[in-house]
Amino acid sequence: MLPADISSRDPREKPSYGAAFSGALIDPERATPNCVAGPNGKTATKRYNVYRNNVTVSLIEALASIYPAVQRITGAEFFRAMARFHVRANPPRSPLLFEYGRDFPDFIERYEYAQSVPWLGDVARIERAWLDCYHAADAEPLSATALGSVPADRLAKLVFLPHPAVRIVRSSFSAVSIFAANRNEEQTDQIQADDPEDALITRPAHDVVVRHLPAGGATFLTRLIEGSPLAVAVSAALEVAPIFDLSASMAGMIDAGVFTTINDGDPQ
Amino acid sequence: MNAIIQFADSQASRLLRFPAHSIAGLAGTSLKHEHLSAILAERPAYGFFEVHAENYMGAGGPPHRALESVRRDYPISLHGVCMSIGGPQRIDVAHLGRFAALVERYEPALVSEHLAWSTHETTYFNDLLPLPYTEATLARVADHIGEVQEAIRRPILLENPSTYVLFRDSTMSETDFIRELARRSGCGLLLDVNNVFVSATNHGFSALDYLSDFPLERVGEIHLAGHAEQSDDEGERLLIDSHDGPVADAVWTLFDIVADRRGPIPTLVEWDSKIPDWSVLKAEAMAAQAILDRHAQTFVFGSTHAAR
Repeated sequence: MLPADISSRDPREKPSYGAAFSGALIDPERATPNCVAGPNGKTATKRYNVYRNNVTVSLIEALASIYPAVQRITGAEFFRAMARFHVRANPPRSPLLFEYGRDFPDFIERYEYAQSVPWLGDVARIERAWLDCYHAADAEPLSATALGSVPADRLAKLVFLPHPAVRIVRSSFSAVSIFAANRNEEQTDQIQADDPEDALITRPAHDVVVRHLPAGGATFLTRLIEGSPLAVAVSAALEVAPIFDLSASMAGMIDAGVFTTINDGDPQ
Repeated sequence: MNAIIQFADSQASRLLRFPAHSIAGLAGTSLKHEHLSAILAERPAYGFFEVHAENYMGAGGPPHRALESVRRDYPISLHGVCMSIGGPQRIDVAHLGRFAALVERYEPALVSEHLAWSTHETTYFNDLLPLPYTEATLARVADHIGEVQEAIRRPILLENPSTYVLFRDSTMSETDFIRELARRSGCGLLLDVNNVFVSATNHGFSALDYLSDFPLERVGEIHLAGHAEQSDDEGERLLIDSHDGPVADAVWTLFDIVADRRGPIPTLVEWDSKIPDWSVLKAEAMAAQAILDRHAQTFVFGSTHAAR
């Protein structure tokens, strides 16, 4: 029934079509694999190119859907050319496309043709953090009441457990304003691009919210997220920003849902 | 307060399971987030929704909230896109674990995957890639289906592919391969009628012959979708399974023939790119429902093919 050269082979042997077929998918320099053909053995160059096109275009589109503000800033043509380089050099390692493109912000910063837009990488970092926040696990944020019930003498040693969706992105540029204006499809020509801005990305209720942190806020929250007690985080914040406003920051972090629980060292 | 938050233990979550909506004889659509607010506002009286499993493999957030809301009122079909069942390498056990968790969590009426592959070594290509039809691939793919079915503790429906190339190595027809695969693994089949039409056009065989050879008795779901047209190296028509437009007339005709032979089984209209308004996609599903209903009348008495 079967040709001798096939039936004599061990049927459990690992077939080799994976390497043979996929080798040229994202490498335009390589020829159409020999293992495929059209009907009656005819040439399959354009046929194989359908797969090449599907792979590259769908991955470019995956990046475009993760980084819409970056695409709005650069324009679609520039973005697709940049994304094509990235897709070919760094294809996904996971079938979960919402995990793709973690190294795209770094790639953008090194990308030769994007050097005139030095804040583009940080805008991309906020967009990547936005998507991570969107898919992160659900948790009930810490309530103001729970925090308010802590006796004053225990506040200094208070330790906070971060919400799974919280992300902080720090930028030497006005990345938060530029991100927000482009995601909302607003005018951007009035934005001063080189005021340093830090982003706080959280999901306090159902939806992702991006906030611009005040001076010292990023240091304060980063320390708390790392597990430092409140007093240590406050000192660190005051050291980098003497105008750091503790009560406003505490109110803001509750409102933003940065943390889920507190531990005041009381073993209960 | 705390008691409600702690509801996540397994005993309590069993009480929160979804209603068992029947999917028998229904037409449905892909669930697109662009349509979510229109669907939730309208709450169509019947139908089902199919979701790509991978889009719900994040830990939490809005996607799960949306799917829970839809699942409360409708049967859903969980459609895996990247298990790489048709690939030469082992199934990714982490991915299979995520897939099994979704089956457990959402209790879908239908669970399906593709006769295709998308990962080689560690690279994920995000496309449904073809495989040669040989004894060796048959044995391997049957093992993969068995592994998936064991993990989710139920049979899957395996979808016939649309292809643009043939493998020089292939020793059997696609229908022989699929029939034997279903026999060995015990899986059901998802018949994508558009894929049949696309592959038949691309490879110059008769779609009707393919349907005659296809083990229709194992089909538990039908897919319909739109395709696009290009040309191959010789300038001959090459159809692309693009899911970016309405179902073609020829595909409606083939669907009518399948529904006549097989009775009213759950039928999905897919639309994944250039997504139209909800009313347009819904109208496609209603057209499919009308065909199913017409054939339901001829199958109403003593049919052995009625879907569960």
